[in-house]
Amino acid sequence: MSERVKVLIVEPSLILVEGLRKTLNQTENFNPLSSISDIQHLREHVSMVRPNIVILNPTLFPQVVKNFSFILENSSITWFALQYQYVESRILRLFHGVVDIREHPAHILQKLVEIHETTQQIAPLTDNYELSDRETDVLICLSQGCSSKEIADQLNISVHTVNSHRKNITRKTGIKSVAGLAVYATLNNLLER
Amino acid sequence: MKELLFLERSKLADLIAANYNLILMLPRFGISLGFGDKSVREICENHNVPTDFFLFICSIYSSHSFIPSREMITTMDMRFLLPYLLSSHRYYKEERLPHIEKNLHVIIGQSDEKYSETILHFFNEYKEEMKEHFLHEEEHVFPHLQALQEGFADNSYRIGNFALSHSNIEDKLNDLIQIIFKYFPGNVYPNQSIELVFDLLRFSYDLDKHKFIEEKVLVPYVEHLERRLS
Repeated sequence: MSERVKVLIVEPSLILVEGLRKTLNQTENFNPLSSISDIQHLREHVSMVRPNIVILNPTLFPQVVKNFSFILENSSITWFALQYQYVESRILRLFHGVVDIREHPAHILQKLVEIHETTQQIAPLTDNYELSDRETDVLICLSQGCSSKEIADQLNISVHTVNSHRKNITRKTGIKSVAGLAVYATLNNLLER
Repeated sequence: MKELLFLERSKLADLIAANYNLILMLPRFGISLGFGDKSVREICENHNVPTDFFLFICSIYSSHSFIPSREMITTMDMRFLLPYLLSSHRYYKEERLPHIEKNLHVIIGQSDEKYSETILHFFNEYKEEMKEHFLHEEEHVFPHLQALQEGFADNSYRIGNFALSHSNIEDKLNDLIQIIFKYFPGNVYPNQSIELVFDLLRFSYDLDKHKFIEEKVLVPYVEHLERRLS
C-alpha cells in the first residue's frame, strides 16, 4: 500500500480506542483518524473525513439492521466489526471483517491489511493474474454449487469477502458465470484435490 | 432521412468494403452476393426492402456511436423490422449455433473425456438458454408487435413486461470464448481452434448488435405503438 490507509474507530470505550490506535501506529501503513464514540452523525462524519477503513462497535446500533446495511453499502470503505461483546452472527456477516480484541495485535494488523486489499481489489502485484489459495478455495466451492453464504460459512469468512474474492476471480480469469467457472476448475484439475 | 450514416445513392459494394460485417445481415433482407455495382436504393427496390430501414440497420452495424433517435423510430417504415428480427433468429439457431457446435465437437473430440464432457455440457446449457430466449420473443413479443402494426390495441401483453434478460446469455458466450481461447489446450487442432474462436467472436459481435436493435429500436417502437393505440 503506497498511501497510508485512513482508519476511523467508532467505539465509546476510550481504553479500547487507545489500544487500537497504538496498535495501528506500530506500522507505517495506517493513519488513525480521531475516533468518534457514537453513531449519531456517523454518515456525515464518514463523508467528511473519508476513511478507507472503519472499525465499528456493532452494539452501538439499536436493532435496526436495515439502517445499518445502508451505511455498510458505501463500497469505497472496508468495514470491520469491533467485537468484544455478544453480537449476532448475522450482523457480523454484514461487515467485511471482524476485529476481535482478544487477538494478538500483529494478527489484527495483518487481518486489516489482507481484508482491505481484497475488498478494495488492490492487487498486491498488478501483474499477478494467478488465483490466490483463498480464491481457489472459493472457486472450488462455487463449482460445487455452493452459494456465497454457504461458502462464507464453510471458509469462515464474511459474505462480503466471498463476493470480493468472486470479483477478483472474474477479473483474473475473464469468466463471469458460475457454470463457466466450473468449466475452468475442471480444465485446471482443481476439483480433484 | 437525416443522421443515417450512408446515402441511398451509395454503391452497396462500397458500404460493404467500408465494413465487411455488413455482409452478415444481407441474407436477412433476402439479398445475396453478386449484386454488381448497383446503388443501395436500386437493390432495396429490387428486393422490396424499405431503403431507409436498410440503411438504418447498416448504420447500427457499422458504428458504436450511432444512436437511433425517437424521430427516426416513429417516422420510419418499420414493416421490415419483424421479418428482419425473425430471420436473424433463424440464422442464429439454424446456421450459427449448429456450425459452432460442429467445430466445437471437432476440437474437443481428441481430449480427455472429462474435459470434453464439461465443455459440451456448458455449451448445451448455453444453447438451450439461447433458444428459450428466442422462443419467448417469438411467442410473446413478436405477435404483439404484429398485432400493433396491424392496428389492433393488443392489451394481452405489454412491452414493459419484456424482461431484457440478455445479460446472462452474453456472459456465457463470453465465458465460452475465454475458455476456448485461453484454457483449452489448442494444440491438437490449432487451425480449427483459431477458426472456432473467430466464429465465436463474430457471433458475439452479431448478437450485441441484435440486442442493441431489440433494446433501442424494438422496445421504443412498440412503446410508441402501444401509446398510440391505447
